[in-house]
Amino acid sequence: MGVRIGVVVFPGSNCDRDTVHALGLAGAEPVVLWHEQASLEGVAAVVLPGGFAYGDYVRAGVIARFSPVMRAVAGFATEGGLVLGICNGFQVLAEAGLVPGALLRNASLRFVGREVAIAAERRDTPFTHALDARRPLRMPVAHGEGRFYADDMTLDALERDGQVLFRYVDTWGEPAGPDDPANPNGSLRAIAGVLNAAGNVAGLMPHPERAAESILGSDEGMGIVRSLVESAARAAHGPVVAGSAVAGSAVQ
Amino acid sequence: MMSFRYAVNVAPKPGILDPQGRAVEGSLGHLGISGVHDVRIGRRAELTVDAADEAAARAIVERLASELLSNPLIEVYAVESIGAASSAVSAGVGEG
Repeated sequence: MGVRIGVVVFPGSNCDRDTVHALGLAGAEPVVLWHEQASLEGVAAVVLPGGFAYGDYVRAGVIARFSPVMRAVAGFATEGGLVLGICNGFQVLAEAGLVPGALLRNASLRFVGREVAIAAERRDTPFTHALDARRPLRMPVAHGEGRFYADDMTLDALERDGQVLFRYVDTWGEPAGPDDPANPNGSLRAIAGVLNAAGNVAGLMPHPERAAESILGSDEGMGIVRSLVESAARAAHGPVVAGSAVAGSAVQ
Repeated sequence: MMSFRYAVNVAPKPGILDPQGRAVEGSLGHLGISGVHDVRIGRRAELTVDAADEAAARAIVERLASELLSNPLIEVYAVESIGAASSAVSAGVGEG
């Protein structure tokens, strides 16, 4: 059996099955974790999937943040456990303070559901090491509150410290400014995904699990899923953080 | 135990783009209104807190406001006392 990776299900999650499917394609053994459980059942990594946890009431992600499973996820993350938040999962991580920044209402005020292109800023992290080149990845977004925001000082620090993981890019592969149609929500500095300072927790708004097979229009999300699964398999033998994935690759 | 009634007013932090406020500004012309600007859209929660005294009730509502009702990265809040909860309010909630 493959490495066990948890997929958290909140009331209102709706991408959990897609995530389970994509993890399975990458050779993992997905473990569904219910929001009311306080145990992560010994999984080697956790994915918070997309959806509308608790109806997105008050602010997307905030009610989910206080659920029993999120207490366990926060403890797991603090100990260096690998956590990936996708879309609503990213919003939950941001509300919990496990990744920097906040996701605001899209600048257009519209729910945006379409394909975008993102580029990984780093390929030496547990979430991106299996990406084969620094080329744009096509995958869908589907959200109403995805505009990445942090104050200027924080944005500078994130760029300086390598915590910007993905950016929305235009046809030429260049970061798409807040007013560029290639930036679906007006995210500052075109940020589509970020890492925490330790490098073991990541969140992104686009949906790699919905770009898992070419029959679905794109399989370019699988590089991210495979990265996570391979990193989790290594993590099962010890903690993995950004940077060490590269060292790991080098010795293989 | 006493009951205290509060309103928590949450607004986007100054300087943060508020597209809802912008949309309202954009529609002012349709209403024939001019001279209105700097529209900011927030949210208001009204709640009743049961506590031993006002200070204890205030501490609870401050925690709720800062941890759940607002996100300090993007929003500011103000707690407003709207009087001791009247029995009429409690009864209304019960019947709802």
